Amino acid sequence: MLAPGIGSCLPDDRFKQTPLFKHMTTQLITKEHSIDIAKTRDDFPLLATSVYGKPLVYLDNAATTQKPQQVINAITDYYTRLNSNVHRGVHFLSQAATDAFEASRKKLADFINAQHDHEVIFTRGTTEAINLVAHSYGKRFIKEGDSIIISALEHHSNIVPWQLLCEEKRAVLKVIPVNDKGELMMEEFKALLDDRVKLVAVSYISNSLGTINPVRDIIALAHEKNIPVLLDAAQAVHHIAVDVQELDVDFLAFSGHKMYGPTGIGILYGKEKWLNEMPPYQGGGEMIKQVTFEKTTFNELPFKFEAGTPNIEGAICIGAAVDYILAVGLENIRFHENDLLSYVTENLATIDGIQFIGKADEKAGVVSFLLNGVHPYDVGVILDQLGIAVRTGHHCCQPLMDFFEIPGTIRASLAMYNTREEMDQLVAGVKKAAAMLR
Amino acid sequence: MTIQETQEEVVEEFALFGDWMEKYEHIIQMAKELPLIEEKYKTEDNIIKGCQSQVWLHAAMKNNNIEFTADSDAIITKGLVSMVVRVLSDHTPKEILEAELFFVEAIGLNQHLSVTRSNGLVSMIKQMKMYALAMQAVAKKN
Repeated sequence: MLAPGIGSCLPDDRFKQTPLFKHMTTQLITKEHSIDIAKTRDDFPLLATSVYGKPLVYLDNAATTQKPQQVINAITDYYTRLNSNVHRGVHFLSQAATDAFEASRKKLADFINAQHDHEVIFTRGTTEAINLVAHSYGKRFIKEGDSIIISALEHHSNIVPWQLLCEEKRAVLKVIPVNDKGELMMEEFKALLDDRVKLVAVSYISNSLGTINPVRDIIALAHEKNIPVLLDAAQAVHHIAVDVQELDVDFLAFSGHKMYGPTGIGILYGKEKWLNEMPPYQGGGEMIKQVTFEKTTFNELPFKFEAGTPNIEGAICIGAAVDYILAVGLENIRFHENDLLSYVTENLATIDGIQFIGKADEKAGVVSFLLNGVHPYDVGVILDQLGIAVRTGHHCCQPLMDFFEIPGTIRASLAMYNTREEMDQLVAGVKKAAAMLR
Repeated sequence: MTIQETQEEVVEEFALFGDWMEKYEHIIQMAKELPLIEEKYKTEDNIIKGCQSQVWLHAAMKNNNIEFTADSDAIITKGLVSMVVRVLSDHTPKEILEAELFFVEAIGLNQHLSVTRSNGLVSMIKQMKMYALAMQAVAKKN
């Protein structure tokens, strides 16, 4: 497996840390990197459904993923067996629910390799996680004249909270430009980094283009100037392994429902050094130590940022989603999805007048395209009639669509349960739409 | 023809089509029959923003009737717009205000009227009724 001479210079385990080894192992086609696709699809009950009398081809996974029976069962199990308020009670059920809740937090911490469980905060989703940082980090650390850097390919949830913060504090929002391929322009990014920058907030993987951003470089450059980095990992955690310590990222946000988990739950990871310095986001029960009308003291991490009764079932079940992902294996998922992505891109490319939006060298999970002379909405309607669920429009990235001077794209986004047959159906559907609409 | 009669005519036309493909092909065909809004009227004021497809709408009084012209950047929306204009145009404000549009549902395209549908069709129908209301108020004043 190793090229002769290369591995022999370094001890085995150190060699395994090198980018070369990682590159070699991800490029190798081995039997180990496979998903039992029939069994996997069986796990997801909704995939068996029909729309307009046709089998559903679900390719809108970047919007939300379907749920395996294991996760659905965990929801029912919670309400049947465990339901009780957490952290407060003195009775058996409250302890059992609390144990399950905190066990899930630990699962999520392990999933992203956080150093401490208390660095994992349960939120409603990625959007709330980002708003939390904008509010609390912003309150403490952002002053007039400071700046925050985001990128041109961000989702509105990683644009608007910063706009609101900058407006309030009279700070400046700076934007890393993107090139025609949908890649961030790193030279321009370096030029934006100065002493007034207090935070860099970028997505790990673009929801509309599939671009995998060079986040390690971004973090390294920002850290040279002691600038913390927030990563919107909503489109990343179910496609690739995300290790917050290896990345040395300061904040990370993602959503349960985009990783085969329930809606209404998400994670904010933050290095404890930041979270400890940040004032609370929402006030209420749970996040307090002591309340008097004169003064109230706040709870320690993670509870300081978890006001009120949490989405208990969501928190437990996002843990079940993690279990499911790990059982299938992230490497297997990545390999499978990369294969589908290459396959569908190759085949779509044969269609006359097809235009791909987002042609970065490194991509995951998403193919965005247009048909010349046809509005993407029209294609979406025809595909819908064929039972194929894609997303059309600006994908909550209006500034990015403006950059490309297009009204939106047709986006097909992948998950572990999609198949080559579904890719064939998509291609056939697009051809049919082209015939009808041109 | 009354608005009701025009709608019934549309429904009858669609009854000829067996499957969805034929229906949509007909809608795409109808897009070509839309009385087009003049370029000079394609302004910010006349845009009806759907989340995805845009619609431009212009209304003018002709004798006692309102005449609508429109356009859309998405052909399916344009086809649906064309049918609505065919039904509502050349009628008095009163008739337009009182009109109940049943034909979209009757031809099985109700999903295009749902709130989640991000085309400009729903907003356009509202706008047409607003025009009728405004023109009625103007007429009353005079």
